[in-house]
Amino acid sequence: MQHVSPVREPLVTGGKTYHDITQDVCRQVEAKPNIRWMAALAVALFFLGVFLYSVYRTLWYGIGEWGLNKTVGWAWDITNFVWWVGIGHAGTLISAVLLLFRQKWRSSINRAAEAMTIFAVICAAMFPVLHMGRPWQAYWVFPLQNTFGSLWANFNSPLLWDVFAISTYFSVSLVFWYIGLIPDFATIRDRAKGPIAKVAYSMLSMNWKGSAKAWSRYETVSLILAGVSTPLVLSVHTIVSMDFATSVVPGWHTTIFPPYFVAGAIFSGFAMVLTLMLITRVVFKLEDYITLEHIALMNKIMMITGSIVGVAYITEFFIAWYSQVEFEQYAFINRATGPYWWAYASMMTCNVITPQLVWFRKVRYSIPMTFVLSIIVNIGMWFERFVIIVTSLHRDYLPSSWAMFSPSIIDIGIYVGTMGLFFTLFLLFAKFFPVINMAEVKTILKYGVDNGPTYTGQDPHHAPTHHHATPGVPASAPVTYTKHD
Amino acid sequence: MQESPKYWKGIEELESSPEFVKNALTEFADFLPVKETYGSSDAAVAPRRDFLKLMGFGIAAATLASCETPVRKAIPYLNKPQEVDPGIANFYASTYFTGQDYNSVLVKTRDGRPIKLEGNPESPLTRGGLSARAQASVLSLYDGARLQHFTIDRKKADKNRVDSEIRTKLAQAGRIAIVSPTIISPSTKKVIAEFASRYPNTEHVQYDVISASGLLQANGGVLPSYNFSQANVIVSLGADFLGTWLSPVEFAKQYATTRKVSSDKKTMSRHYQFETTMSLTGANADTRVPVKPSEMGAVTLALYNAVVGGGSGSYKNATLTKAANELKANRGRSLVVSGSNDANVQALVAAINQALGNVGTTVDLANPSLVRQGNDARMTQLVNDIKNKSVGAVIFYNANPVYDHPMGADIASALPGLPLTISLNDRLDETGSLCKYAAPDHHYLESWNDYEPKRGYLSLAQPAISPLFATRQAQESLLTWAGNNTSYYDYLRAQWSGVLGASGFQAAWDKAVHDGVVMGTASPATAPTTAVDAGSAAAALSAPTKSGEVELVLYEKVGIGNGSEANNPWLQELPDPVSKATWGNYVCVPYDMAKANDWEQGDVLKVTAANGKSVELPLLIQPGQAKGTVAIAVGYGRKQTGKVGDGVGANVLPLATMVGNSIVYATTAKLDKTGANETIAQTQTHHTIMDRKAVVQEATLAKYIENPKEVTEYEKVATPDGLEAPARVSLWQDYEYKNHHWGMAVDLNSCIGCGSCVIGCQAENNVAVVGKQEVINRREMHWMRIDRYYSSDHHRDEFETEGKLATYAAMENPAENPKVIFQPLMCQHCNHAPCETVCPVLATTHSSEGLNQMTYNRCVGTRYCANNCPYKVRRFNWFSYYTNEKFENVNGHMFTDLGRMVLNPDVTVRARGVMEKCSLCVQRIQLGKLEAKKQKRRPKDGEIVSACAQSCPTEAIVFGDMRDPESRISKLLRREDGERAFHVLDQINVQPNITYLTKIRNVENGNEFVI
Repeated sequence: MQHVSPVREPLVTGGKTYHDITQDVCRQVEAKPNIRWMAALAVALFFLGVFLYSVYRTLWYGIGEWGLNKTVGWAWDITNFVWWVGIGHAGTLISAVLLLFRQKWRSSINRAAEAMTIFAVICAAMFPVLHMGRPWQAYWVFPLQNTFGSLWANFNSPLLWDVFAISTYFSVSLVFWYIGLIPDFATIRDRAKGPIAKVAYSMLSMNWKGSAKAWSRYETVSLILAGVSTPLVLSVHTIVSMDFATSVVPGWHTTIFPPYFVAGAIFSGFAMVLTLMLITRVVFKLEDYITLEHIALMNKIMMITGSIVGVAYITEFFIAWYSQVEFEQYAFINRATGPYWWAYASMMTCNVITPQLVWFRKVRYSIPMTFVLSIIVNIGMWFERFVIIVTSLHRDYLPSSWAMFSPSIIDIGIYVGTMGLFFTLFLLFAKFFPVINMAEVKTILKYGVDNGPTYTGQDPHHAPTHHHATPGVPASAPVTYTKHD
Repeated sequence: MQESPKYWKGIEELESSPEFVKNALTEFADFLPVKETYGSSDAAVAPRRDFLKLMGFGIAAATLASCETPVRKAIPYLNKPQEVDPGIANFYASTYFTGQDYNSVLVKTRDGRPIKLEGNPESPLTRGGLSARAQASVLSLYDGARLQHFTIDRKKADKNRVDSEIRTKLAQAGRIAIVSPTIISPSTKKVIAEFASRYPNTEHVQYDVISASGLLQANGGVLPSYNFSQANVIVSLGADFLGTWLSPVEFAKQYATTRKVSSDKKTMSRHYQFETTMSLTGANADTRVPVKPSEMGAVTLALYNAVVGGGSGSYKNATLTKAANELKANRGRSLVVSGSNDANVQALVAAINQALGNVGTTVDLANPSLVRQGNDARMTQLVNDIKNKSVGAVIFYNANPVYDHPMGADIASALPGLPLTISLNDRLDETGSLCKYAAPDHHYLESWNDYEPKRGYLSLAQPAISPLFATRQAQESLLTWAGNNTSYYDYLRAQWSGVLGASGFQAAWDKAVHDGVVMGTASPATAPTTAVDAGSAAAALSAPTKSGEVELVLYEKVGIGNGSEANNPWLQELPDPVSKATWGNYVCVPYDMAKANDWEQGDVLKVTAANGKSVELPLLIQPGQAKGTVAIAVGYGRKQTGKVGDGVGANVLPLATMVGNSIVYATTAKLDKTGANETIAQTQTHHTIMDRKAVVQEATLAKYIENPKEVTEYEKVATPDGLEAPARVSLWQDYEYKNHHWGMAVDLNSCIGCGSCVIGCQAENNVAVVGKQEVINRREMHWMRIDRYYSSDHHRDEFETEGKLATYAAMENPAENPKVIFQPLMCQHCNHAPCETVCPVLATTHSSEGLNQMTYNRCVGTRYCANNCPYKVRRFNWFSYYTNEKFENVNGHMFTDLGRMVLNPDVTVRARGVMEKCSLCVQRIQLGKLEAKKQKRRPKDGEIVSACAQSCPTEAIVFGDMRDPESRISKLLRREDGERAFHVLDQINVQPNITYLTKIRNVENGNEFVI
């Protein structure tokens, strides 16, 4: 039962009916793929090919195909890993945390955001495997029963924690996402005409009947999974940050890392969600579901987490100075003024300075500005991980071992290749899966409440001190909602 | 029409019965006895079950066949030699001398294959030390580029045909010349003499690539023996006696005894070095003064004047005066040496030593050294004779003058015109390939021979493996051509019966072969009493070049030396101790010259010498290089030495000048930037210590004498109970070492940075060679490295005045003439190892004896351990170095069956994708423990020695059991505790098992002598 507030702005505009929602969302799935989608998929597949070629070179010849050296043992690989994992975080935050906090506006973006999470985690998971010298032995990191005698995984190692964190994260996200998809799959199944689609979607929908009992269980499971996922939002990146924080490398050995990494992850995740949403809403004509309000809200979250990250950057410098440890101090001086100063400068500009533009209302509600900003933040967050990993390693304790890192073509190929992988998956998702959670969006629609209060922009319990210029618009009216503030 | 002959396969074919003709046309018989076999009722089709059965069998058979492990031939001994036990190493004494440095060695053989060389502790000269070059020579044995048979015109030829043709031609040859580097083998000389008596027109010409003609000339034809251990003050005028000059291992041994300090012996020698480019010796000097090569004569004269008294020269320098005063204060306990090839300079040096009363103490003319006998004048004469064709036959005996003599081009053009040219060289090198005949010599590890490096000091070489190729020992070739058919072994024994005495010869001979060395065989000769005419020598000194012209000096590098072993990849990849560069030579340029001309490191310069010859090489900014000078190493630019050494660097020997029949390794040069750029493969690209006292520490002798407890700064951490040593604070449970606790101590005062340990480790532990590009990529695999730090003019105390950023930036630049410190670094075997905690699969763990162990086949290669290693000693197998064709040239010894013979069977060759690092020679520890266990006792101290400690010529590395209170290391650590002993990066509390001892410099005050 929906309560419609006369004060709150509607979350779906355009006077959509339930049927409109079904139509709008299923249209993408049922229609022939359009040329823009095909072109995008072709590009994505090309980069997937780049990825596969780079992976082949890595697996066939060895990690030597990358630009790493004896001093810098991780660079783009782990940078990309952390970057992709971080991107995934927004999806979980949107689907789980916002669900728990009853933020209804999440309904129209959570599906795509969760899909993004899963694909980002898939991309991320490539790196811990690929960066191994002997990836065919990767299963040794699992505490499996084995025939090698007493050999077992090392529970002291943060990498092992990573294994658990990422695998838990992936499986919970996948289940959560899939559960949410089931009613929508059933909708598509019921509308499907082609024999393949009928079979496929009926299998995917797991014989969903839409009974009240099923809905009740659906709600319960969603809540439970949301509850399970919520700590994951914090724990996954906390553990990823421990890869660094528990080491002895100056610049890594920092207790501030867990909150700093989580904030950074949400920051970059929201940036990626924005990037994807801004494209999707245009390509699939979903402007009524992903409204400017959504964009503004996400912009705000981005700005807040960006500021948290900025504070963390400054705190690191303060602690380095305050600790009076020469290696720590040098690590940060070198980070900002050493040979990789440009990476640090890019990071500061992209992550700390540019998000502050969101304070301006115009920027917050501007689609082009938001899009540029989201890209900038994604670049900045990539640089943040590069700065942490490479500038800390390349000049650590013994000056004799100081070295520079420069990526090889294979490094670059794998990175852009994972984007190919990501977009291939995302485009397939966008074509064959309902990109918006129809079932949940319908719950936030004010359709059929003609007899109830309508949105007027004014609180009926308080006498208006002055009249607004824009009168309330009946929800069912076939007019577009004009933003009034 | 003639009928062609008919062949038939069987009687059926001959008969050609219709049945046969029918069947002959079908490949397979149409009848398969399936039905009979399986009793099927339907004969027309093979039943489904049968088909499945057959298919199942077929698949299983094919699978099994493809699964078969390839059979490796392991042929057991039919008759096992008595002394050879599979898996047990045998050691044979031998001697390494190839015209460069002399080393008495022990050859470690496993199953009949020499796999490693160790210093022979019996030798009174090298006393268990071994140079990097000698260490690496075992790899040259298995060099596939060696000539594997006799040749005529570079084509394989029968040995007897070669012999008969040569004998015929020798008889008609007229003048015959045998060209060789210095030969210190008395028996070989006897062979040559016998050859000369058969062909009376024979002349034996010896020449040295880096000639000591001037030194010989100035000392009445002998090379003085120097004894650095007796010297309180050492002044070296351009002699790199620790790295390349005459007998570096012997000198390093002696030098180190004067440099070791302890609270019981607070004295050490003072070492002044005047030189042009920063040599290994200069890097170790207490005070180093850069001088131009043209000034060297003036410096010597000024020193002569200051010591002996007399007129004042053109050169004035406060340090020189101070050195002279100290020399005078230490009469008979001082030593002046010079690396010059100018007889006049050497005459002055001899005069200085004489005036100081050093002859008889530090300079021994009675038992002269024999390691350099080359005569520039005779060689020059021979080159001219070859040019004029006044020589009928030339035999090159391990000599390659086409490459390594300044007039090599003349020889190359004249050789094909000579009636008879013979090469005894081990390969068809630049000279050998121009010779008509090649009768390749054995490698020394396949040969019998004797050596006399110093009068009265004899040593033997014995074969440690039967000849790998169809080669013949050069001495035997010469004997054969001289008509003597005795084997060289018999010849040698006959020769030695004169030395050891005929009675009881066999026992004495056995002992000599066993020990490898024999002493006191010659009656002491009377020292030649050549009066040095210092006056005329001074007058004859060449005038200094007018300033303004850039001077070029040629020098030898510790690894490659004169280039005769350029095909040895271990040596090519051994970082130069000073520049840390591998794989090639370069132009060492002082910083201010590079800056003035706007050159940067890696810019390719065209260097044109005064004689018009030029080379193009990349530039390396060398701190300490004298102003207005550049330096280039010899030994590179080989063209016909093999896949490893060909085309690495450029040959600069043609740039040397001939002045009055002697070679001068300095000239003036013109430098032009070509615009090209070539990265120099350095293993260290940051050169200053950035004032990190936690890494390496040094102090002055004055401070040490004052209070040994104050020379080392110990970091303290704040605790609730006040400041404490970091090790006192720990969250960890400490390991308990119940049996052994292995550890190592490295005395930074003794370490001269020579790199012998690096090669020793490489040979012992099968460390891969990765080649130039991978060194540039910073992926060299050395488990043991020697960090070299230059001092900077800027220090932390400028933070307040200059600001931190500016000071840090300034600290990155080495001083113009920096002090140098070497720090050997291997795995520190931390008790709280950061690598151990982070490995997800427990591939690196701690042993119950304190070792940090690496389990290669458990490693998945996350490299987290390497990232978390504060010492950066872990090495990752980026590629499969033994199968990836990219490494076939440089790491060839892991590719071929021949090369693989050098691998140590006790140590795994690491697969791609795994981490590796120093194991503290765990295989040696295990062997030592097993040997002790067999004898039901505990291992004795000194019985187990790591490869690096074994090869160290200065005994800077002490290895042992720290749990044994009486072991050398325990005593040393007890003695130095709180004085010089420190752990690198003590403050991060990883508690290494490797301890370093603070370096002490014999200078009164920090910067007093920096020019």
